Amino acid sequence: MSTVPDTDAGAFNRSTAQPAVPARTRPFYWSLRRELWEYRSIYIAPLVVAGIVLFGYAVRLAHLPHMVQAAESLPWWKQFLELALPFAIAMASILVTGVVVAVFYCLGALNNERRDRTILFWKSLPVSDLTAVLSKACVPLIILPVVVLAIALVTQLLMLAAGTAVLLARGTGAAPLWSHWPLGQASLLLGYLVVVGTLWYAPIYGWLLVVSAWARRMTFLWAVLVPIGLSVVEKIALDTSYVGGLIRYRLRGFLLEAFASPPHNVHAIQANGIDPLSLLTPGKFFSSPGLWVGLVVAAAFIAASVWLRRDREPI
Amino acid sequence: MATVEARGLRKTFRTTVALDGVDLRIEEGRILGLIGPNGAGKSTLLNCVLGLIPYQGELSVIGLDPWRARERLMRDVCFIGDVAVLPRWMRVSQALDYVAGVHPRFDRAKAESFLARTQIKRTSRVRELSKGMVTQLHLALVMAIDAKLLVLDEPTLGLDLLFRKQFYDSLLNDYFDRSRTIVVTTHQVEEIQQILTDMMFIDRGKIVLSCSMEDFETRYAELTVRPEALAQARALKPIHERQILGRTIFLFDGADRAQLGALGELRTPSIADLFVAVMGDQPRTQGAAA
Repeated sequence: MSTVPDTDAGAFNRSTAQPAVPARTRPFYWSLRRELWEYRSIYIAPLVVAGIVLFGYAVRLAHLPHMVQAAESLPWWKQFLELALPFAIAMASILVTGVVVAVFYCLGALNNERRDRTILFWKSLPVSDLTAVLSKACVPLIILPVVVLAIALVTQLLMLAAGTAVLLARGTGAAPLWSHWPLGQASLLLGYLVVVGTLWYAPIYGWLLVVSAWARRMTFLWAVLVPIGLSVVEKIALDTSYVGGLIRYRLRGFLLEAFASPPHNVHAIQANGIDPLSLLTPGKFFSSPGLWVGLVVAAAFIAASVWLRRDREPI
Repeated sequence: MATVEARGLRKTFRTTVALDGVDLRIEEGRILGLIGPNGAGKSTLLNCVLGLIPYQGELSVIGLDPWRARERLMRDVCFIGDVAVLPRWMRVSQALDYVAGVHPRFDRAKAESFLARTQIKRTSRVRELSKGMVTQLHLALVMAIDAKLLVLDEPTLGLDLLFRKQFYDSLLNDYFDRSRTIVVTTHQVEEIQQILTDMMFIDRGKIVLSCSMEDFETRYAELTVRPEALAQARALKPIHERQILGRTIFLFDGADRAQLGALGELRTPSIADLFVAVMGDQPRTQGAAA
């Protein structure tokens, strides 16, 4: 990243020989590696949840053939509940775990290094605060989404494979399983969900990084109480709730922007199902002001974190 | 150009003045001992030099402004604080990988060969190492960096005598050459008196005394005075007087050695004695340390 040629004014009258070309360094790459070394929960937590989910599904497998047979006569939506709901719950748990890990990672990322004074070590090396903070911001914005998506995709594959194997072994066709959890569509949906969720939550992660760099302790309380306090003050003082509205919009707005509301004809869906991909509205999402304002705010928060990391002392 | 040059360096934390107009100049190839009581401003001064905190006044370290160019500066400056700063979760091999990955002047083979002389295992985590081993590890990392300035802030705090001696021996034998500069703060002054080329007393944010060790040896003399010569010695205006086992010991600044020699036993004082003489009489809230 910063392999700037050595043009320093201080490299004069040195009697010892300098290495002619300083070794190539990759501060950004190694800063990322360091985050993964230090915060192993980034991949362990989703893996553990995936393990638990798989265990639960393994137990369910025992009566899966019976369920498939019994479901044949049921309407579409009841079949869906029987066959696909475990998948949906499994995927949701893994994705939500990703968000929870991201939240706690961000709260610790810039705070822990100040609390344990290791920031003195990190700062004694030629890695800029910008590089350090960007590598930390990469974890919730890139690393965790990729890790979580990969684990989710593999988990649904394992669930499908195990379900199929059990159904085939018992002589029941596996087709209902695949038609209710269509692998391709489900994977696309997962990927879409991860991308829009991450982009939408970027300012939240940015805020948490700022709190992490700013607060001395109790980062979680600061991160939560400041917005709550603001909305309470606003409600009492002005009897309006813009702040509260903003917070609610930020927490679940991506569901409104990135997905169409299902058609009103509930009976048709209940009878025949619906193509989930028809509900995705990437055009609406990527043109929503909420997304872009959020990204600008996220960038501002990250810039503030860089400034704070440079300025704040070890605790 | 000096390695470190400061003019009117000031740093205040809210209402406390940590550095109160420090002027200093550290030339290349010197080993400077920065000595002062707790809270004197030593660490603040070092933090300014390392670009860790902003300051007022002028400061240049190897020609750079540390606050503006910390990243650039850290390619030529190394720092060992007290032993707690290495991340406890880090494995020894990770520490080597990381420093090799981010530092253009890090010679991994050198660090490995230094570690080979210790009991430190590559797979250990820092939290599993003893305090002494953590310092050895940090020293291995730092000595493998071809730096111009090495800053040591209480590097041997909490280490036993053997580790302390080993630390400074390694530093002198394997690391120091005339093109490097070392700044060290420690409370164990006696142990480093032999290796210093310069010393500086700092108190309440000000440089109280600054001189090279050659000057120190010619300037200061400690006289264990014979009882009958007491009044005569006192007339020569010693800067400090103390009693040990019934004998009076005077410390003189710039007195004539031949004249003093006639009054008793003469020798070069230790830095610790001079420290007590210069700082010891002032009332302070924290205990003075030497």
